[in-house]
Amino acid sequence: MSKKSDQPSMDRRQFIGGTVAAAGAVTIAPGVILHAVAGSNEQTEGASSEHRWGMVIDANKCADGCSACVDACNNEHELTDLGRPETDAAWIRTVKLKDKQTGNISRLPVMCQHCEHPPCVDVCPTNASFKRVDGVVLVDRHRCIGCRYCMMACPYKARSFIHEALTDQSVYAPRGKGCVESCTLCVHRIDEGVMQTACQEACDKAGHGAILFGDLKDPNSEISQVLKKYNSVQIRGDLELNTGVRYRNL
Amino acid sequence: MSKMYYRELYCGSPTRFWAGLALLGTIIAIGLGAAYYMEHQGHWVTGMSNQIVWGLPHVFAIFLIVAASGALNVASIGSVFGGPLYKPLGRYSGLLAIGLLAGGLMVLVLDLGRPDRLIVAMTEYNFKSIFAWNVILYSGFFAIVGVYLWTMMDRSVSKFNRPVGFVAFFWRIALTTGTGSIFGFLVAREAYDAAIMAPMFVIMSFSYGLAFFIITLIAAYIWGDREIGDLRLTRLKNLLGVFVGAVLYFALAYNLTNLYITQHHGIESFILLNGGVYTQMFWIGQVLIGSILPLFLIYSPAFDKSRWAIAAASVAVLIGGFFQIYVIVIGGQAYPMNLFPGKEVVESGFFDGVVASYTPTFPEAALGVAGIAVALAMVAVGARVFKVFPETLEDPND
Repeated sequence: MSKKSDQPSMDRRQFIGGTVAAAGAVTIAPGVILHAVAGSNEQTEGASSEHRWGMVIDANKCADGCSACVDACNNEHELTDLGRPETDAAWIRTVKLKDKQTGNISRLPVMCQHCEHPPCVDVCPTNASFKRVDGVVLVDRHRCIGCRYCMMACPYKARSFIHEALTDQSVYAPRGKGCVESCTLCVHRIDEGVMQTACQEACDKAGHGAILFGDLKDPNSEISQVLKKYNSVQIRGDLELNTGVRYRNL
Repeated sequence: MSKMYYRELYCGSPTRFWAGLALLGTIIAIGLGAAYYMEHQGHWVTGMSNQIVWGLPHVFAIFLIVAASGALNVASIGSVFGGPLYKPLGRYSGLLAIGLLAGGLMVLVLDLGRPDRLIVAMTEYNFKSIFAWNVILYSGFFAIVGVYLWTMMDRSVSKFNRPVGFVAFFWRIALTTGTGSIFGFLVAREAYDAAIMAPMFVIMSFSYGLAFFIITLIAAYIWGDREIGDLRLTRLKNLLGVFVGAVLYFALAYNLTNLYITQHHGIESFILLNGGVYTQMFWIGQVLIGSILPLFLIYSPAFDKSRWAIAAASVAVLIGGFFQIYVIVIGGQAYPMNLFPGKEVVESGFFDGVVASYTPTFPEAALGVAGIAVALAMVAVGARVFKVFPETLEDPND
């Protein structure tokens, strides 16, 4: 074949070589290529250690009889009520307390406290429980073997085991029978740049404003300002887990 | 001492052997069916919940795993500590240890939420997790005890018996330390955050493992119409007495420590006084049946060399041990975690502040019993195929 023909400049050998290389790349390293594509998209950038996401909850503002935060969380993540409270998943719950000495009553929502040193991550044999660099504690549902050791270790009883097959799950909260799960701090919203969790949104809509979400590492964020100005506590602060969720007036 | 000959254990009646094996096979099949049912339906069909996350299968699994490492003691005394009377029992000790561990692990794995992901547990390790260490310790135990048995049974490699015996001994101590540490490092739960759990599990393993060993040894020699002398049985019996006493001592130390710490008064009064079924299991199961009764049967002069007393003491130790683990595993979870010290929980959407209820279901029990059946079946087949038992264990003349 003459070099002056109108054939494409790539000769037969180059073409075969290129095809094999491309097929090889797709077969051997799909993750790498997909990652490279994803990396070019700003919205899907990975978590950054420049942030630490957390919440401050004002127990004085948590209204008696209100379940807006619980309903919103269940709705957001398609947590179905199967009428079996002992095995149904609960990512957030409300608790009403009475001081044994003074009789003072307080009410607050409790969820995964997104510890800096999470015991669930320490005990997980397969690294399925993990903490993102931005402080969000999650479960990798592809690695979880359902041993429930994290549930034994969590000081906040924040985790639920999925006791039955599930259908119609939310696209951003994939869940499955035999795995453990808990509050994700609405990580799908964080990753989309929406700086409000479903529970905070519902609490604000109900007119209580008890929950404030934000970046604990940003000194100018509203949550940092509130925590600097007012006294707050951690649940089981004695364990020194440095929780990402703090409480006022508890 | 006269030369020891080992021979495959054939039951006096072939029908009895095959019928026995068929019975064990049926129990195992029912257990596997139960596991399939629980896995397909999901755990809601069991008594377990988000409050009691580890149930009856874990009690069986931990009981068998702890007993497995203890069953190896007899071999260790023979080859590591140079006890000539124990040496002929070493092969069976190794076989029983492997059988019990296999039974326990089967139960543990089949109760996982995702048993199909066992490969993940075998390939992905978080070395800060005691569970991850246990995966290595349990698999390593099979390999090391397998080699240990080889050095005991094959004369050409018998020179390695002592060093391999040492490795096996230290490995089994590590294994039980690892199993006890599952409960030792749970900082948030009042029943569990105690380092004494690890040594307590080691001594529990000595006791349960030896009890399993004695009862199955007596059964095997009746089964095979072979002779077993009083001397060895009395030695084993006395050793069991020491171990039972030691377990009681550790239980005492654990509870007394908790009784001193004000923060732990709640869990102590729950277990010792007002925990209902758990209190009964502690006093009647663990203390009375598991400790006082066997100590009486072992040390009372009335039962000097009575084989029935030795067998009954071993069974009582096993029943008491089962209750002890039940109280540790289920009782420890049933008592509510104290998230808010100084506060009383008036209302909760997730059972805060209340004692969690747990009623075991048939599938859970079937899976657990299948674990014991697996251990016994492996021992029955292993003893028939390999030269495990000495032809006779009559008392030596010299």
